[in-house]
Amino acid sequence: MNALSLIPQLLFIAWMLPLASFVVVLVTGSFLERYARIAGFIATASIGAGCLLSLAAASIWLRVNPLSTSGYHVAAHTVSPLVGDWYTFAEFGRVKLSLGYYIDTLTLAMFVMVSFIATLIHIYSFGYMHEELHDVEDSQVILADGSMLRRPGRFSRFFQYLSLFGFSMLGLVVANNLLMIFVFWELVGICSYFLIGFYVERPTATYAGNKAFIVNRIGDCGMVLGLAAFLTSCGTLHFQPYQTSDGQQYPGLVSHVNALKHLPDSAEHSASDGPGQSAPSRSEAPAKGSYSTKSLTYSLLVLAGLGLFCGCVGKSAQFPLHVWLPDAMEGPTPVSALIHAATMVAAGVYLVGRSYPLLTPEVFLVIAVVGTITLFISATIATTATDIKKVLAYSTISQLGYMMLGLGVGGWIAGLFHLFTHAFFKALLFLGSGSVIHACGTNEMPQMGGLLRKMPWTAFTMLVGCLAIAGAGIPLWIGLSGYHSKDAILAQVYLFGTSNPFFSWMYYIALLSAGLTAFYMFRLWFLTFTGEPRDVSIFTHAHESPRSMVIPLVILASFAFVAGWTVPGTRWSLPHLLEQSRAMPAIEVSQTGRVGGIVIPDEEKSHDAKIHALVSIEAFAAAILGFGVAGLLYGVRWLQPADIAHRFRNIHQFLLHKWYFDELYHRLFVQTVYALASLAAWIDRAVIDWTVDHLALAVRSLAHADDWFDRVFVDGAVNRLAAVVYGLGCWFGQWQSGRIRSYILWIVVGLVALFIMGTIYFGMAIHCAVGAS
Amino acid sequence: MFSPITPIHYLFVGIVLFVTGLICLVTKRNIIAILIGVELILNAANVNLVAFSSPVLFAEQGAPLRLDGQIFALFVMILAAAEAAVALAIALHFYSRFGTVDVDRGDNLKG
Repeated sequence: MNALSLIPQLLFIAWMLPLASFVVVLVTGSFLERYARIAGFIATASIGAGCLLSLAAASIWLRVNPLSTSGYHVAAHTVSPLVGDWYTFAEFGRVKLSLGYYIDTLTLAMFVMVSFIATLIHIYSFGYMHEELHDVEDSQVILADGSMLRRPGRFSRFFQYLSLFGFSMLGLVVANNLLMIFVFWELVGICSYFLIGFYVERPTATYAGNKAFIVNRIGDCGMVLGLAAFLTSCGTLHFQPYQTSDGQQYPGLVSHVNALKHLPDSAEHSASDGPGQSAPSRSEAPAKGSYSTKSLTYSLLVLAGLGLFCGCVGKSAQFPLHVWLPDAMEGPTPVSALIHAATMVAAGVYLVGRSYPLLTPEVFLVIAVVGTITLFISATIATTATDIKKVLAYSTISQLGYMMLGLGVGGWIAGLFHLFTHAFFKALLFLGSGSVIHACGTNEMPQMGGLLRKMPWTAFTMLVGCLAIAGAGIPLWIGLSGYHSKDAILAQVYLFGTSNPFFSWMYYIALLSAGLTAFYMFRLWFLTFTGEPRDVSIFTHAHESPRSMVIPLVILASFAFVAGWTVPGTRWSLPHLLEQSRAMPAIEVSQTGRVGGIVIPDEEKSHDAKIHALVSIEAFAAAILGFGVAGLLYGVRWLQPADIAHRFRNIHQFLLHKWYFDELYHRLFVQTVYALASLAAWIDRAVIDWTVDHLALAVRSLAHADDWFDRVFVDGAVNRLAAVVYGLGCWFGQWQSGRIRSYILWIVVGLVALFIMGTIYFGMAIHCAVGAS
Repeated sequence: MFSPITPIHYLFVGIVLFVTGLICLVTKRNIIAILIGVELILNAANVNLVAFSSPVLFAEQGAPLRLDGQIFALFVMILAAAEAAVALAIALHFYSRFGTVDVDRGDNLKG
């Protein structure tokens, strides 16, 4: 156990290193102008060290909890995860807001995969972004005077964002509660926004960044609602039991939900005071795993699951919200590979997988249907796109749809397995396309062609990627990574179809899209690498990429090749590894609730030899068909693509316009918002401004009146008084004539007056006095 | 038919002198004439002083002669001489400043 306690510490350091790198580059970035390469070294070293630390953590884990040697899907394999909190922000009763870790094999595998691919892409970026080391002339930004924009390079800023992204993504992976997941979910979203808009001077890039951000807000709105519903129905956001600072142990979401579903609480035993205990016969619950769908809390749970999935729809670019991902290709190609193919967009799938025990059959059905729609729509769009990165973007959406479908029909391992294999081969394909773009300076496949001779390394590694995504292999024996994971999904979908005949169409659509996948991938490969060069000047300038770009390609190609394999001589394989962390008891659940009887089949049954053989061969046939058509159209050019496009021009136009989703959304939402905005503006002008203006007028006239009163009455009174005093002063002043004679006269007059007054008042006395004398 | 000369008569002379001096003060514009008026008024006062020290005014007969009024009158004369000296100096100064002896021209202190 001592060794196990080391794992959280190792992962914590691995998690914090990219943050440290971000801070260092952020602070020193402006001084590193001449030596921006140092920023790249710091970022790469931090993420590389993180990768090594997480590998060490994984090896410790596997040493303590070795993979069992028996077959698949045995519930006894489940190893309880390492759960704890690193840092607590606040506690409100039993609600605890904390940064914590939830470590099981899924976390470890994601952690290793993310840090490993991120390391490779950091290395690749040294080559791809070298132009940013000095001043850049952006050929896509034409200034008013017709010249190209010239700006300082942003090499260190690029690595700064990559480091922030690494930190956020690893935090998302390691989180033990939904709130922490949400925080890092938003952080990866903002990193994506920064990096899509890395070339801020290009209007298309800023537009794409805004689009990604806004579309994700719609999904996140649902996610917040889902979180609120979880908090309401369960009172916590931790997955697993947790302790508050007063030492009290509370059950986590998983045990709450299991209790609600009347499922045996296998995940924990300590929470014996959980609400599940009140159910009278929990152990032999009414039919194995049947759900009670009566309670309000259950509806809240459905709502919570749907809300959570809404967030995943936004982040993983699923059907209604998939429109942002193709536009996100405006960012630099390493970003597309890391964020918009391998890791961030897979976060939605990861979250569905992580919160698998919390979801209800209704939610699973929604996930499966959305996944099916997504994978079909985007596969069809990918067949007509001409931008090499857009093809890969739609392919990514399609593969994410496969993962969602796999998870939705009960294939927990299958969906997450595909997440891992897809991360490798899609990162490979994006880096390969980056290499091509680097060589050609254009994204348009119709201008490429014949590059096989110029850049063999890129061509062959991309061929591996194409084969892997198409699911190439020798049926029933071995294949590239995509073969294993896609077959696992298809088998589970097939099984789901047999259990629920109403939904058997999902399997056929998935199969058809597997064929389309092979078609569009080889269309891409043939258009890019074979045939005659269609643009001679581009062809002559093309060259193989530098070593820093080729080496990651080769490493990723080898992983894309072998990621699905079982380690020779053992039974170790990626699905087997994930089996340890299966949080949901592997039991068949049938649900007789609101959406009718849905049976979510046990994943183990999909490994039945008969189903496996059937699915494997059908999938292979579909892939061969897709490959064959692509070869006929673009390889040997036996058929003319333009001809076909013309013959089916309605469909072609429909696909070329991406099913008119952008136009539809523009009509529905953007123009509605504009209309609302103009209405608001009108109200603002006509009502609010009018009121304010007239209020102001009224106040002004009142002020005028007041002013008049002030001037006429108040000032008038004062002035009049002053005038009177002045006049009085003047009048008195003329008496002081300065003429001595008039003074004397007045003295005499005064004297006489005094005498007269004295005579009047004292006349009698004087008279008496005179009389007496 | 002639009644004996009583202080009333003296007082009458004093009044005439005083009024003459006053009229002289008020009507004359010549500073010298004004000085003369002042002297007349002073002398009217002297006459009054002397008149009021007359033995006729005292109740008991045969009281010792009192010369208070005469002494006062002497003092007034001395003072009048001093005053005339000062006033003449002012008059000279007035003349040298305004080039005239007309006091109405010296109205610089007019309000």
